Amino acid sequence: MNNIWGFSISGARVIDYDRNDHRPAEGLSAEVPSSRLCIGCGGCTATCTAGAMTDFNIRKLQMLVKRGENKEAREQLHRCMLCGKCLLVCPRGVDTRRMILALYRLTAQPSL
Amino acid sequence: MDKSVIIIGAGAAGCEAAYRLAEAGITVELVEKENETGGNLNNWHQLFPDRKQAEELRRTLREHLSHPAIRVHRGVMPVRWERTENGGFRVEVNDGALLESDALLVATGFQTFDARRKEEYGYGIYENVVTSVELENFFANRRIATSAGVAPKRIGLIQCVGSRDEKTCNFHCSKVCCITAVKQAIELREMLPDAEILCFYMDMRMFGPGYEEMYREAQEKYRIKFVRGRLSEASENREKQVIVKCEDTLVGKPLRMTLDLMVLMVGMEASESSRSIARTLGLELAPNLFIKTCDPHYAANRTAVEGVFVAGCCTMPMNLTETLHDARSAAMEIRNYLALNHKP
Amino acid sequence: MKLEGKQQIWKDYQKEIADDRYYYARSCIRQTFFPGSEWAYLDILGNKLGKTVLDDPRHTTCTGIGYHSDVVPVETIMTVVARHFALMTEAGFENMTPSCITSFGIYTEILHTWEQHPELEEQTRDFLWKATRREFQKPKNLAHTSDVIYKFRHEIAARKRYSLTDIHTGRPLQVVDHIGCHYAKMFPSKGIGGAEFPAVLSGMVTAWGGEAVDYPERRHCCGFGFRNYLVLANRGFSVANSKKKFESMQPYEPDFIITNCPGCAMFLDKWQYTISELEGTTYGKNGYGIPVLTYEEAAALVLGYDPWDIGLQMHQVSVEPLLDKMGIDYDPAKKYQGKDGKELGRPACPTYLKI
Repeated sequence: MNNIWGFSISGARVIDYDRNDHRPAEGLSAEVPSSRLCIGCGGCTATCTAGAMTDFNIRKLQMLVKRGENKEAREQLHRCMLCGKCLLVCPRGVDTRRMILALYRLTAQPSL
Repeated sequence: MDKSVIIIGAGAAGCEAAYRLAEAGITVELVEKENETGGNLNNWHQLFPDRKQAEELRRTLREHLSHPAIRVHRGVMPVRWERTENGGFRVEVNDGALLESDALLVATGFQTFDARRKEEYGYGIYENVVTSVELENFFANRRIATSAGVAPKRIGLIQCVGSRDEKTCNFHCSKVCCITAVKQAIELREMLPDAEILCFYMDMRMFGPGYEEMYREAQEKYRIKFVRGRLSEASENREKQVIVKCEDTLVGKPLRMTLDLMVLMVGMEASESSRSIARTLGLELAPNLFIKTCDPHYAANRTAVEGVFVAGCCTMPMNLTETLHDARSAAMEIRNYLALNHKP
Repeated sequence: MKLEGKQQIWKDYQKEIADDRYYYARSCIRQTFFPGSEWAYLDILGNKLGKTVLDDPRHTTCTGIGYHSDVVPVETIMTVVARHFALMTEAGFENMTPSCITSFGIYTEILHTWEQHPELEEQTRDFLWKATRREFQKPKNLAHTSDVIYKFRHEIAARKRYSLTDIHTGRPLQVVDHIGCHYAKMFPSKGIGGAEFPAVLSGMVTAWGGEAVDYPERRHCCGFGFRNYLVLANRGFSVANSKKKFESMQPYEPDFIITNCPGCAMFLDKWQYTISELEGTTYGKNGYGIPVLTYEEAAALVLGYDPWDIGLQMHQVSVEPLLDKMGIDYDPAKKYQGKDGKELGRPACPTYLKI
């Protein structure tokens, strides 16, 4: 279509929970039950090796998957260095390393 | 000690104070506007955090009222108040009885927020919006269903309805709704193993013993999902489902989803009776319209009017544990007052 | 949806609307986009209902467009509005009735500001005196012109020639309303029915035989937002809001949209064309759009005015399917003729949107 208008209609930024694919979230909940325990405190992100140098945010990343925003999460995953400091600080005992590894697999399908 | 106390309100605080005073040899006239005692506790099915049947506690409180020193006046309201010559009280109630006492305890409690005032949530308009109080009733009847009579697949519990909200003139936190939501979410899970259950919260204020543990269990064992964000508005679609909009503040994006059932966790306000009695007796109200006490730490059961004491949720939102403690504390204050300050 | 619940809310949000003797404040843009609306309003009030309305040629823009585009400071707009009040006072009127929702919002906001900060009212009086040697009384009554039509909706219904029903099936027309944001979102108590379940337009719809449809994005802004749509670079997200509304209302198959805001009427009508050209999507049946009427146009149709006399040929989305449903007698050949019978010219045919 020839766009003579000088603009195109913006896509919605809203999380469309009804339409999003929740299979990765369900997989995460089943494979890493401790991931359900996150309270969003951000301790992990504050101490994160990758997060200090890039906009990688592990707290937000797992929350994105829980809301079905899988593509955005997948684009960030590779930045994790798997150092395990987040595992050490988490007050709720979330197995963050295992969570990252599971998410690699669960968000791998390009259809998501 | 041949002393007497009039207690206004026979909810948890009034009943407990009556019993403790009676045990101390003080005669109690317990005035209740409803035809049965128990107050708001009558609307509850199970209690947090131990999931005890509310009926157990109601029974204990009720049984204690058979104490010979307690006279219960059900279904009546005070209509005329007078101070007697010796600093006591003379109260006429609307069945014609004239009650006299040396001290007065106000235990008129709270009322739940009228959810219709939060217009944008559509309570009373949308078919599948209920309050936490109605949900307790569903639990008591062992049936959770949408207006179409089917089991809901996705349920949202909405926190802070009428609490922490300048728009409803309620700046205060009602304290107990967070843990009530956790408890109700677990009960919903037990009845609907496959439903998706979400709590929309601003903060999870797990202040009591066992509360945080219950929250944790709700997440891990009962798979309740928690979304941090205040509900902005709700609308109804053609299928009579509720569409909610909030921000997922942990993701930093607006969120929209469809619910089959929306439960509003209604907050606590000082009851109408609390406000009108405060006016009649000249008690000061705090900015949140609960009755102001002399001191929040050391004189939480005393008021600026001599001989008038307060107990329970007429002064602030409290859970049951605190309400019962407060009632006992008030009973002790009244005993001291009668013994020390008020010799005949 | 439970009507009783809404009725309860409507009881809480009623407002006083003057009975007669209105000072009329025109909108900047309506006469361009919906040229028959303001004329129809004046004709209905003056000639059908026998009311006195002063259409004052000395009246100017309230500068709301500039104010909302960050180019007119608040002191300036207050002084311009003060001049309007002065013109009203000089003409011997006390009831201000703006035709534009944003003007209504601005008048409401300014009167409220002056109530809270009397020193600003004094300052404005001073500015106006220095600039024009004029003085003013504040209006006794301020109502939007849709409030006025709402007030007389039953009188209009009593004189109606056509009903908002499909004459072929007898079914009430399904109508979605769109209320301009500045009508009640800032001051819910100044809007009939409040801000969440506004009744000002749906009340007209039901009074004239239609059925008001409450759809999920009913309260959502059309996306106009002044500087947002005025600046080309921002237009993408501005239009996206109208699109969001169309998508939300489409499943209800509305027969038309009724609005009370100049910008919204323009947006909801013209953007249906824009969206169709940009994305190939249309929202009515069989490739048509959803017709958009201002409340004056709806009232005029109900009262039997000729569609071409009230300017419906200027709409982007064709109104003919709606006129046919209502059984309105019109001459298709006269659509693009002026009063003197001369051809006015015709718009080019859109690629996707049927006209």
